[in-house]
Amino acid sequence: MRQNTLFEQHFWKDSNRSLDYYLQNMNGYQAAQKVLKEMNPDQVIEEVKKGNLRGRGGAGFPMGMKWGFIPKASEKPKYLVCNADESEPGTCKDRQIMRYTPHLLIEGLIIGSFAIGCKHSYIYIRGEYVNEAKLLNAAIEEAYEKGYLGKNILGSGFDLDITVHRGAGAYICGEETGLLNSLEGKRGEPRVKPPFPAVSGAFGCPTAVNNVESIANVPHLIRMGGDAFAQLGKIDKSGGTRLISLSGHVKKPGVYEIQAGSVTLRQIIEDIGGGIINDKKLKAVIPGGSSSPILTADEIDVVYDVEPLMKVGTMMGSAAIMVIHEDTDLVKLLLRITKFYAHESCGQCTPCREGCHWMESILHKILHGEAKPTDLDLLVDVAQNIGGKTLCALGDAAAGPVISFVKKFRPEFESYIKGQKRYA
Amino acid sequence: MEKHLSEKFYLAMKKLEPRYPNKKALILPALHQAQEEYGWLPKEVLEEIGTYIGVHPAQIREVASFYTMYNLKPVGKNHLKICTNVACCLRGADELMNFAEKKLGIKCGETTSDGMFSLSEEECLGACTTAPAMMANDEYIEELDVNKLNHFIEKMKVLKI
Repeated sequence: MRQNTLFEQHFWKDSNRSLDYYLQNMNGYQAAQKVLKEMNPDQVIEEVKKGNLRGRGGAGFPMGMKWGFIPKASEKPKYLVCNADESEPGTCKDRQIMRYTPHLLIEGLIIGSFAIGCKHSYIYIRGEYVNEAKLLNAAIEEAYEKGYLGKNILGSGFDLDITVHRGAGAYICGEETGLLNSLEGKRGEPRVKPPFPAVSGAFGCPTAVNNVESIANVPHLIRMGGDAFAQLGKIDKSGGTRLISLSGHVKKPGVYEIQAGSVTLRQIIEDIGGGIINDKKLKAVIPGGSSSPILTADEIDVVYDVEPLMKVGTMMGSAAIMVIHEDTDLVKLLLRITKFYAHESCGQCTPCREGCHWMESILHKILHGEAKPTDLDLLVDVAQNIGGKTLCALGDAAAGPVISFVKKFRPEFESYIKGQKRYA
Repeated sequence: MEKHLSEKFYLAMKKLEPRYPNKKALILPALHQAQEEYGWLPKEVLEEIGTYIGVHPAQIREVASFYTMYNLKPVGKNHLKICTNVACCLRGADELMNFAEKKLGIKCGETTSDGMFSLSEEECLGACTTAPAMMANDEYIEELDVNKLNHFIEKMKVLKI
């Protein structure tokens, strides 16, 4: 199922991150060479559009289209910012790209920068990834030394600098305008949109923000051509492969690569993940990071890609699958998820700031046997009053799990309220 | 004004200055660099960063207090940050936290009286497929269990680092 992968075959070996390995085994910097010498920016964007490369950060937005929004006529500097804030709970795929194939990311940034007219690209990496930031800086230094970065790259006349900018522990900086504020030395509070970053992003200039995996796919796409890349995906509108972070109660947790839309969630859990630990029964799956609405064990015969998951009322998000077995207390788990959003809410929007804490406190009451029967509906009511009423998606991300957990596992919550179950 | 930040700090900042269109963008890198020197960010250091950047110290505090990694009070030599988010929770993070609290004789959020250990709860670290995980200062320790955690704490106690 997973042969000839674009990424996975190069993972898990420290020596693979070197420039030598990249040049010898991964056709290193050939795509950049082709782009800088044989293509113009419009052709690059067209090729990426043809490849059906969707954003890998969570929203699944077509990448070529995003690049196309950058106004060419603008005389301001333009920025390509790589979102390496990877902080959606459950997600750890970008980390592997930065650890084992950092030059793929650098080459992707060269191609993307050429396409949108950027001369200085930033990689915004979450603060906790201290080691990954060091590895990236080492790879960037190698690239400068060999003329892949800096002035007149590969004799093409194109200049590019890359700077790694470390965050400092804030989930909200994964939201692109929160990230841009953080890059500018401010609190990572999301901005009012419009203007969108394509018009006014980093330092008030046109900016494209793309996820690590999205950018690292670009060299592959250019090398094999947009059509071939699109065909790697086995479903409409999703080209290439997807890196999934499979965690929780599976026998073989790990970061794996699948052709987009080629397998169902059940196949991922049973065939790739080896089934449930201790041969327990599956209870539920969080399919796309902790923000994605939960699925029951009966709902996993769904093709694992953006649209099929949307049809069953959840989302693929950052492709982080968390598998939950029968012994898990979902009331306790939902309290933990809600506590996370309450902690990470930036506090700008009242529904999110107050609502998240309110949900946390109701769930705490339920778990500790102090809730009234009406509190369960109150909990859902609060959640519904956050969703869609905030500047950024954090509010929706906090509300979705609450609404779906209660809807699908209501008796578990009720047994605490009725005093049939006590928190141990 | 008496200087608190080292020559090394100012050299590092000088090197970074040309990489940003304005100096304000250096606030996060400056806070990181200062914390590396001090282990935390005392008031005088925040003020000096404000002077260097050219903004009011309140603006530096406003930024620093937004991010959990900036320590606005001293922390122990070994800052253990145990992830208790979903993936780690499913793999026994609660048990690890209970163990660490008992072993160190402190509650989560506290520092031992000898200043050797601080214990915190961490949000998702991005080590979900190797859960449970924690950070000890800047280092990730993954696929944790009680034995491994016990061993690590013992080692730090013996080494007194």
